[in-house]
Amino acid sequence: MIGLEPVARPDAPLARRNPVAKLAAALLFAVPLLATLDPVAPAIAITIELAVLPLFGVRYRVLFRRVWPLLAAAVGVLVTLVLFAADRSGRVLLDAGPVVVTSTVLLTALGLVLRLFAVALPGVIVFATTDPTDLADALVQNARAPARFAIGALAAFRLLPLLGQEWQMIVMARRARAVEAGRNPVAKLRLFVSTAFTLLVGAIRRGTRLAVAMDARGFDAGVPRTVARRQHFGAADWLLVVAATVVASAALGVSVALGTFRPLVG
Amino acid sequence: MSQSTTTRWRTVDIVVAAVIAVGFGVIFWAWGLLWRAVDPTFAFFPASQAVMYGVWLVPAVLGGLIIRKPGAALFCEAVAATVSALLGSEWGAITIVQGLIQGLGAEAAFAAFRYRSFRLPTALLAGALTGLGAALFDFFAWNAAYELGTYRIPYALLTVLSATVVAGAGGYALTRALAGTGVLDRFPAGRERNLV
Amino acid sequence: MGEVRLRGFGWRHAGRRAWAVRGVDLRVRHGERVLLLGPSGAGKSTLLAALAGLLPEDSGEREGSIEIDGRPPAQTRERVGIVFQDPQSQLVMARSGDDVAFGLENQGVPAGEIWPRVDEALHRVGFPYHRHRPTAALSGGEQQRLALAGVLALRPDLLLLDEPTANLDPAGADLVRAAISRAVDDDTTLILVEHRVADALPLVDRVVVLDAGGGVRVDGPPDAVFTDHGDALAADGVWVPGRQVPARRAGNPPGEVLLTADRLGQPPRLAATDLAVRAGAALAVLGPNGAGKSTLALLLGGLLKPGTGRLVADAGLAGADARTPPHRWRAPALARRIGSVFQNPEHQFVTGTVFDELALGPRRTGASEAAVRRRVDELLQRLRLDRLAGANPYTLSGGEARRLSVATALATAPRLLVCDEPTFGQDRRTWRELVDLFAELRDAGHALVAVTHDAEFVAALADRTLTLARPPDTGVAPPVAPTAPSVTAPSPEPPPPATPAGYR
Ligand SMILES: Nc1ncnc2c1ncn2[C@@H]1O[C@H](COP(=O)(O)OP(=O)(O)OP(=O)(O)O)[C@@H](O)[C@H]1O
Ligand SMILES: Nc1ncnc2c1ncn2[C@@H]1O[C@H](COP(=O)(O)OP(=O)(O)OP(=O)(O)O)[C@@H](O)[C@H]1O
Ligand SMILES: [Mg+2]
Ligand SMILES: [Mg+2]
Repeated sequence: MIGLEPVARPDAPLARRNPVAKLAAALLFAVPLLATLDPVAPAIAITIELAVLPLFGVRYRVLFRRVWPLLAAAVGVLVTLVLFAADRSGRVLLDAGPVVVTSTVLLTALGLVLRLFAVALPGVIVFATTDPTDLADALVQNARAPARFAIGALAAFRLLPLLGQEWQMIVMARRARAVEAGRNPVAKLRLFVSTAFTLLVGAIRRGTRLAVAMDARGFDAGVPRTVARRQHFGAADWLLVVAATVVASAALGVSVALGTFRPLVG
Repeated sequence: MSQSTTTRWRTVDIVVAAVIAVGFGVIFWAWGLLWRAVDPTFAFFPASQAVMYGVWLVPAVLGGLIIRKPGAALFCEAVAATVSALLGSEWGAITIVQGLIQGLGAEAAFAAFRYRSFRLPTALLAGALTGLGAALFDFFAWNAAYELGTYRIPYALLTVLSATVVAGAGGYALTRALAGTGVLDRFPAGRERNLV
Repeated sequence: MGEVRLRGFGWRHAGRRAWAVRGVDLRVRHGERVLLLGPSGAGKSTLLAALAGLLPEDSGEREGSIEIDGRPPAQTRERVGIVFQDPQSQLVMARSGDDVAFGLENQGVPAGEIWPRVDEALHRVGFPYHRHRPTAALSGGEQQRLALAGVLALRPDLLLLDEPTANLDPAGADLVRAAISRAVDDDTTLILVEHRVADALPLVDRVVVLDAGGGVRVDGPPDAVFTDHGDALAADGVWVPGRQVPARRAGNPPGEVLLTADRLGQPPRLAATDLAVRAGAALAVLGPNGAGKSTLALLLGGLLKPGTGRLVADAGLAGADARTPPHRWRAPALARRIGSVFQNPEHQFVTGTVFDELALGPRRTGASEAAVRRRVDELLQRLRLDRLAGANPYTLSGGEARRLSVATALATAPRLLVCDEPTFGQDRRTWRELVDLFAELRDAGHALVAVTHDAEFVAALADRTLTLARPPDTGVAPPVAPTAPSVTAPSPEPPPPATPAGYR
């Protein structure tokens, strides 16, 4: 189900870092890893990610619950590669019609699957340890995001759990009014689409009212806003960002030094 | 169609754009599960799964068509991506980068018409360009190891096609349907209803 | 400061032919406390929105002038505070304290002053939790208090309150009223909209009654107004204090049992409950906010699967389906037998016009088009919705929306009618019409279950009452620990205000 509760201990040393720092670190760590297809660099990255996990106060079980769908994606990668790998050099392990499995194919598959996890994990960890309100505050105070947009998005985000309840209410209201699909799958799909549409309409209506309520409390009055919740971006936050960059580069460096590096383009 | 002469966003523009994004953040989450579930169906020709791609791109076109302000398409798509990351999308922070690139595509289409035209052709172009952004990202970032002719190119083409149909035409139809309910009365897109 | 001046003011919402409010001449002086009355749909909420500067030029047509301290309302927003009819759509932030701070931040209040003012405002309204309490976890009454705190923290010169105690249990309503009277000092002008006059009178020193046809009908100190114009106002639909409404007791003893609840519950929302619903009788379900009344209504309505216990329908209600529990019935069968009215009317609307909304049920259950028209026209007439047949249900006033949602259930005349707060926001006249409709249905052998906080309604109609107690701890966790690191809380945490006695 959709969970909004933080899943981490808030006092863990890295979970406490500034949300912008965490987000920047996650991106600076993940994006360079996209540049290679080899298994070595992502393997190093994953090792590091798992090693720092306790510092974020996230338990391994929680992380696994969030990322297990990636295992399915990994299977997809494997199937696709067996059928459509660009590079089929190396020792042939299996040859059955269109299915040609070579050592290179397997190595590429390993690289892609590891990369999938290496790239996804930092973001998953960061978002699991970040409160939306803090993220919006930090984006405004430390990343110079426009306050009206960040706060507006945050206010809309608050509606999210309500949308789940609203969905149930719409379904019940329709049943009470004799609107029902029965067993016909086409009718079911149509009812699903119409329920989703009603939900969207309701959400926009709520949004319009919320905007009025925000204006009523001086949201767009043209006065410079002050901030009630200070977000600090200190030395430790810089350190996190720099460390993420250095470690990601180091992982790539090791891969280059070992001669396994395979650039994405070229 | 000269009602929206000002480019400044009102509070209602910001909040409704964000609400659309949040709504689609939830739909993304459900769609992600569905995407996984139907994976095997496309095993015969995995590239064909790109026909489902358009749904990821609807908020970009929808936001642009409803809000009609510079940045609306980009804002909606980026916020939707961030929301799905906050909800625990297994793809993590990369979704945000992807959202930004996809949003830029639609934004470019609306900008090309100088935020004056919001008819079907504009919507189709916005859908196509947001699909192009998505396709380019996937072409290099995710699909580089696959064969060019039988996977990467068909996948990219299908992505653009799906984006044009689902996000472009779909987004346009959805805007009309929403206007019909009266919730868009505070937007130019909703007021056009009264004229017809 | 806080002086209001209206000259021939009128407003017509876009897409409407009729003026929501028109020809209002009114002057409210600094520090006055005004009770604004008028029949449902007279334009009270619209007038408040206009005073708060919240009617955008592009959403309708204006007439006459409206000024606050000599300036148009759009320029005086920061000095006006408004609490709307529906608290849920005015909470902005995820944590209670942040929500109160939101307005202060917007006004550019120095950071050091914000938290003391937040705590003070929360304290003034008797908010029972710590300021980290998630807004999503508050009951309706708690939300209402939080919304009030968010406005009071801004120290407005003009305070506008739109039915601030609708939907609250009597104890909660007393608390909110006490909070209002404590919060409003001599420097604050107050304009309060409230149908139940007797409860609101201690808060005000002047009464203004809007006329449904436009303009101000009566204006003056409460005593004078009700002594001189009491009869006329009562006939017009104002709840004049001290004037009883006739009871509509059942002439016949209750009939057969239609529905039996056996240890029916839905943990943690509703504790196990026993009850029997009888034909030709009205059962009122009472209890404090959060006791699970709405949950019980959904269960009785066959809309929710029971979490514990059983719900058994007898043959008199279910016919051949008597062996299956109501939540498993097919929807058309359910709608023919049990009608449901939801607490929030808007949850219930599924079509685009008032007329279609009323016609939907009868059409679905197979009535002829002529019969549908007859029934719909009668209901529109009696509930004073006839002018609004073509309107979108979501644009109705609070009271109109409530009547429409009750009417949709009445339209199919089900054997059992389950209503959640069917009379809130009604003026005296529409209230009586609703009670009459229910009484007619009951006297024709139908059964009625009504969840309500309305003592008059219980006195006039109910044969039996069932009072739910608030379960000892229904997810009402003790003040939660901060979800954020303590760097975000600049001031030391004060102890949470004590829970007022008699509530919770
Ligand atoms: N957004 C809207 N669009 C169109 N018509 C509206 C809108 N809001 C209110 N109206 C109409 O304006 C009239 C006055 O509504 P308003 O909400 O001001 O009444 P009210 O006096 O507050 O009634 P109540 O006591 O039932 O809350 C009603 O007939 C209503 O249907
Ligand atoms: N969909 C839901 N999921 C979880 N908890 C819920 C849900 N709906 C209500 N609750 C909780 O269950 C409890 C009972 O809610 P319910 O709405 O039935 O109370 P009520 O007696 O109708 O209160 P009120 O008088 O305020 O309407 C409350 O504490 C509420 O917060
Ligand atoms: Mg009203
Ligand atoms: Mg209730």
